[in-house]
Amino acid sequence: MATTGKAAPTQPKSLESVKDIDHFIKTEGLDTAREKEIGQHIGYRYDVNLVPDYSRLTPFLKTYMETMGWDDLNWLEDVHLGYEEGRAAVFDRNINGWVTVPENMKLPDNQQDRDMLARELLIKFQMSKRHPMVDLRKAYKKF
Amino acid sequence: MKQHISHEMGMHTEQLAGRTQQRFFSPEEEENFVYPGSFDVDFNKRTELDAGPLDAKQINLKLRELMSQGYGTIVLKNPGAKHGVAVGILNRLQLYIEGSLGYFGCGLIDGPNIRIKGRVGWSCGENMMAGTIIVEKNAGSTFGAALRGGDLVCLGDVGARTGIDMKGGTIIVGGRTGAFSGFMMQRGRMVVLGDAGKNLGDSMYDGTIYVGGKIADLGVDAVPGEMTDLDVAWLNRKLKLYGLETPNGVENMTKIVAGKKLWNYDNLEPSEKKIVL
Repeated sequence: MATTGKAAPTQPKSLESVKDIDHFIKTEGLDTAREKEIGQHIGYRYDVNLVPDYSRLTPFLKTYMETMGWDDLNWLEDVHLGYEEGRAAVFDRNINGWVTVPENMKLPDNQQDRDMLARELLIKFQMSKRHPMVDLRKAYKKF
Repeated sequence: MKQHISHEMGMHTEQLAGRTQQRFFSPEEEENFVYPGSFDVDFNKRTELDAGPLDAKQINLKLRELMSQGYGTIVLKNPGAKHGVAVGILNRLQLYIEGSLGYFGCGLIDGPNIRIKGRVGWSCGENMMAGTIIVEKNAGSTFGAALRGGDLVCLGDVGARTGIDMKGGTIIVGGRTGAFSGFMMQRGRMVVLGDAGKNLGDSMYDGTIYVGGKIADLGVDAVPGEMTDLDVAWLNRKLKLYGLETPNGVENMTKIVAGKKLWNYDNLEPSEKKIVL
């Protein structure tokens, strides 16, 4: 096998120096000289490659999996808790935007549990009648 | 001229200037597990559909009609390798296709579980959002192109550019995959139990590729990654779901990730941001 470089760690470079789970809530995440210069964090605020730990599944997510006829989290494996403008948030691909977690909600102390929380909240939001897609569907559905 | 309903709903009155909306979760949200407006189907209510005399549009409309009648399990017979069959299903459903599909089969789906007894042509599961697709034989090129989520499984071999531009989800190949697999991959996971062709993971920005066989060579900015215990547990679990195993054990698979040398956002985004501000 031909290789072109040395082994890369699981964590993306932009997150390697992040030790505190609340780093992106407590700070703006401007850690490197370049980030300070341009005034924005470079890269994701979470590890997109982190696979779920199934021992941490919540009862809600188990019911969702059962309803859909899936044996695992399926598309939710790609959902993680991220941070947007100092607030915990989840990216909703259906509206192409961040949905902010209520400020008074206590966040777990580890990323795996935070990701499970994010998945649960996202399902509740996407399946809600007040989701923006409901209006879009009314306006633009073809059949 | 009658205006579109979106005008009546006031969707064009808002002055767009950068970020104009903020969305928040409501803790009082009622618990629903399916999209509002989706068909209420029962997996135990089963029917068959003979696709032989129908064209692709008629097949897709018939599938929709059956779902609206509450059928949660549909067996599609005689698909005849027609193109664009079983696309745009945004519903929970168990669909069994007894035969082969042509191009762009099962694209743009969000939710159903589909099992295909035969082969599939180009771009099976293209832009798939959620659900599972299992292809029992071989698949053509660009298998899972622009995949967004869900599990796309081929028990046989697949062609070139598998998972091109994939943005999420999992592609599993039981056999071999062709050249440029994982090209411009942005996230998600690809698991290849056999050999991978040339330029694997070329220009990938993120995501993970696991290979059980030999890799002809790696593309630009694709580098070996460290296999973690979490990766091993996830791989064991996922492969077991589809009755697959790798001859040398998942611990010995090669993990490929992005070297992140192509990340030039810091050069581009500040100028964009200034323009917006």
